[in-house]
Amino acid sequence: MILVLAYSAVLLSFFSGLLGLMMNQRLYILKFSQYWFKKIPKDSERYQSLIAPCLEEKHFPFLLRKAVFVLLGLSGVFAILAGLSVLIGKEVVTDQLSLGLPWLPWHVRFDCLSGFFFLIIGIAVSSVSLYGPGYVNSYDESQHPFAILGLFTGLFVAGMLLVLLADDAFFFMIAWELMSVASYFLVAFQHENAANRSAAFIYLLMAEVGALAIILGFGVLAGFSDGFTFDALRKADLSTTWASIAFMWALLGFGMKAGIVPVHVWLPEAHPVAPSHISALMSGVMLKVALYGLIRFCFDLLGDVHWQWGVVLLILGTVSALGGILYAMMQTNLKRLLAYSSVENIGIIFMVLGLSMIFMANGHPQLAALGLLAVLFHAFNHALFKNLLFLGAGIIHHQTHQLNIDMMGGLIKKMPKTSMLFLIGCMSISSLPLFNGFVSEWLAFQTALQVDVLDNGVLRSLIPVAAAALALTAALAAACFVKVFGLIFLGLPRSHHCEKAHEIQDKGMLAGSSLLAGLCFLFGIFPSLIINLLNSVAGQLLGETLPNDAALSWLWLAPVSINHASYSPPLVLIGALIAGCVSFWYLRRSPSTVIRRAETWDCGFGGLTHRMQYSSSAFTMPFRRIFAKVWIIDEQIDKDMQGAMDQDVAAVHYHLRIQDHSWPRLYHPIERGVNNVAKLVGRIQTGNIRVYLGYSFVTLIIMLWMVS
Amino acid sequence: MNWLIAILQITLFVVLAPLLAGWIKCCKCRLQNRKAPSVFQPYRDLLKLTCKQPVVSEQASWVFTKAPYIIFSATVLAASVVPLIAVDLPTSASADVIVMVGFFAFARFFLALAGLDIGTAFGGMGSSREMTISSLAEPAMLMAIFTLTMTASTTNLSFAITHVLNEGLVLRPSFVFALAALTLVAIAETGRIPVDNPATHLELTMIHEAMILEYSGRHLALIEWASQLKLMLYGVLIANIFFPWGIAETFNLQALGYGLLVIMGKLALLAVFLAIAETLVAKMRLFRVQEFLSFAYLLGLLGMLSHIILEAVR
Repeated sequence: MILVLAYSAVLLSFFSGLLGLMMNQRLYILKFSQYWFKKIPKDSERYQSLIAPCLEEKHFPFLLRKAVFVLLGLSGVFAILAGLSVLIGKEVVTDQLSLGLPWLPWHVRFDCLSGFFFLIIGIAVSSVSLYGPGYVNSYDESQHPFAILGLFTGLFVAGMLLVLLADDAFFFMIAWELMSVASYFLVAFQHENAANRSAAFIYLLMAEVGALAIILGFGVLAGFSDGFTFDALRKADLSTTWASIAFMWALLGFGMKAGIVPVHVWLPEAHPVAPSHISALMSGVMLKVALYGLIRFCFDLLGDVHWQWGVVLLILGTVSALGGILYAMMQTNLKRLLAYSSVENIGIIFMVLGLSMIFMANGHPQLAALGLLAVLFHAFNHALFKNLLFLGAGIIHHQTHQLNIDMMGGLIKKMPKTSMLFLIGCMSISSLPLFNGFVSEWLAFQTALQVDVLDNGVLRSLIPVAAAALALTAALAAACFVKVFGLIFLGLPRSHHCEKAHEIQDKGMLAGSSLLAGLCFLFGIFPSLIINLLNSVAGQLLGETLPNDAALSWLWLAPVSINHASYSPPLVLIGALIAGCVSFWYLRRSPSTVIRRAETWDCGFGGLTHRMQYSSSAFTMPFRRIFAKVWIIDEQIDKDMQGAMDQDVAAVHYHLRIQDHSWPRLYHPIERGVNNVAKLVGRIQTGNIRVYLGYSFVTLIIMLWMVS
Repeated sequence: MNWLIAILQITLFVVLAPLLAGWIKCCKCRLQNRKAPSVFQPYRDLLKLTCKQPVVSEQASWVFTKAPYIIFSATVLAASVVPLIAVDLPTSASADVIVMVGFFAFARFFLALAGLDIGTAFGGMGSSREMTISSLAEPAMLMAIFTLTMTASTTNLSFAITHVLNEGLVLRPSFVFALAALTLVAIAETGRIPVDNPATHLELTMIHEAMILEYSGRHLALIEWASQLKLMLYGVLIANIFFPWGIAETFNLQALGYGLLVIMGKLALLAVFLAIAETLVAKMRLFRVQEFLSFAYLLGLLGMLSHIILEAVR
């Protein structure tokens, strides 16, 4: 039954992709239906009157888009149902499909871990399919055909779902590649722009290198076992060295997809250029699939984790978290900023995953379960709020035709609903109390603070430092999203487009975002709804759940014991409401104190303009100065002089370019190396047919010699 | 009964905060050979502001007019977590010290947004600086707090204070470092000299005042009150975590009254120290604040390390 739900989710997403292909086949469908009506004359008139209007040229594209997204949405709903039912039933379902290689049919396994990620994908896909129809309407059909977008969106979602179902390395890689390649076409969707093409190419390149690393990781495991099914790989008996090598390959492969520093560079290039609802899926969900892969590989397939791996993850995670948010802060393109912020969140997730591994390896499975809970909950939360923010960015782009936050401002009055939704996203991602982002960070801190149980002194001093880095990350994220919300929605409009912008009319786009915003708030107030489900994931994966003293009621959240730490979001909400209402009503009592509107204080000079406001680069200037070493900063001030002695400044031009260190440090040397090797190879390619014949002859001789 | 005492404690917090501000001002004036206003002057100021008609810019959105209420509520919630006169109250279980830091972040988020809302240069400047300083202060603060919470193995403030009380007077090097770190953070976070000067409106130096420049009437009153509350909160944190003696552990009238007297005495003493420090030290340049805060972080780290190396029971 559960598998039927899961399969229907996959199939529905496939069908939605196939249905998308029908976009250009209107005439064929018309002919086909007419042919069919002739065949069955009974009731044909009634059907004809129903179907014929749908096939008119005016309505057909609109209806087809709707239908594609309805199928996609249904697939999301089925994924949610499948995920929830396996999580509640705590079951493990296995199956074999008679597809694939003759000696290796596709093995399917659906357990709590897969179920939880099904839930994440399901929620994201449902909200995106509410949002999608309104968003794609703005594309010009001749330039950006919907058939391509629809087909690859369906394949992409199906690929992600299949990755979660796979129970053998072969099937896993096929699903993984389906996901990667389909998303490549989505990134390259707006290919008329050269920058987009190169972004898509970088993405494809890194996705394939990552896939190679994953295959090598599986290969190491398979070398010690008798087959490619995950069951056989689980039984593989590896020495510590080989296990560490397998872990390193897996970390490289999955880390590349997840976007940890320094293999994150595809992320800020690829995410901004895809259509917004696709960036939402890529950033919110695809990165989580990579996380799923790593968790599956380490905790499930490798089995006994080593604390050294945990330390590697902890350090990489810390670097990614801090680097991600610092780079995010400097961006002016909204979607690029959000992409860097995904690097930050993935960093936090990896950091806590490292903690969980350290606890697991040191014989504290209950604390490892707590860490894993924090990891999965943060992954869930990030999927919610990052989706929400990307969808919000899509709405803003739709209404103002730009993504540069230095050209926005004052949208809160023009777009009150969007601004509210975006504010909820910003508050969640800044991990403010009452929202879901806070709960997972709180759990992460609680995990880090249990460090006293460890024996190793180095670990005991390293982990609190990482926790302080987490605190710094959270504070920087708050600063970054104050900047984002403040510059986009508050203040005076900085451009003509923003002044003329108005609220989005499409109900679906608002509904998709509202769904996510509502969930952000709901799970911020009642986090135990999810945490109880996660407990069963930890139980299945680690064989251990949270400590017995832990209290997880709807009111209280005490992951270790009530004496250790407790947090009660509903009580806090009630307290906040009481405090807010009391002060509000008390101060409103006198009618003489009605608010008076007046001009903004301009120090008596008059004429405040939008150019006098703080811009993005001005807001982040103190950070740029304090953390100067983090970026490659290219800052220039040019002054145009005039007057008799060239002493009067006529105009000042300010240029600021911020670059990522990883390009010149890591990628350019690799690029040069590849080019040099290519040149060496090029030497033997003389272009002369006699030389080539000579090569063939020598090769033939050598082969004959080897055979004989 | 417990809930009544908890509500009483929060009310005391809110009511006493202006008194502390008045007392600090009084001490400072005396030290600088000026005639001091009455210690009740802050109450009069707040009352005056609530009776005035607030003037709001035409550009302001709902963020600007609602932010004071949000800031005030978040600060009151933070205060509800901190034991003032008694430990073991039900409110302190609803949130721990990390949530308290979260409430401060909540208040700061809206304060900074309110600064950006009007679209003037001052507001943006204040917001940018405030977010910079707070993001550097947060790790230092958590480092100091982690030292404490690891000693007591709880992040619940009430339990942590009970733990310190039960241990008796033990000289812990980690606590000395943590105390120093927390003091520096408190100075930075509450905007006192040498990080920010609450008494000036000079555009080159102001941080907190720049954000609230456009506020007037009851909105200004709420924000002022919230910052007085925050100052008192940090004072209570320092006083009750490191010198918890005198706080009520049982809920009878005598113990509570004694607890109130003791905490008022401690705060008065701390205020005198603060006034002396503010009189002696000059305000530092904005871009030296990072050194100040990284020093605080370093102290916190030293405290943590000395806890791990010297004190942890193995």
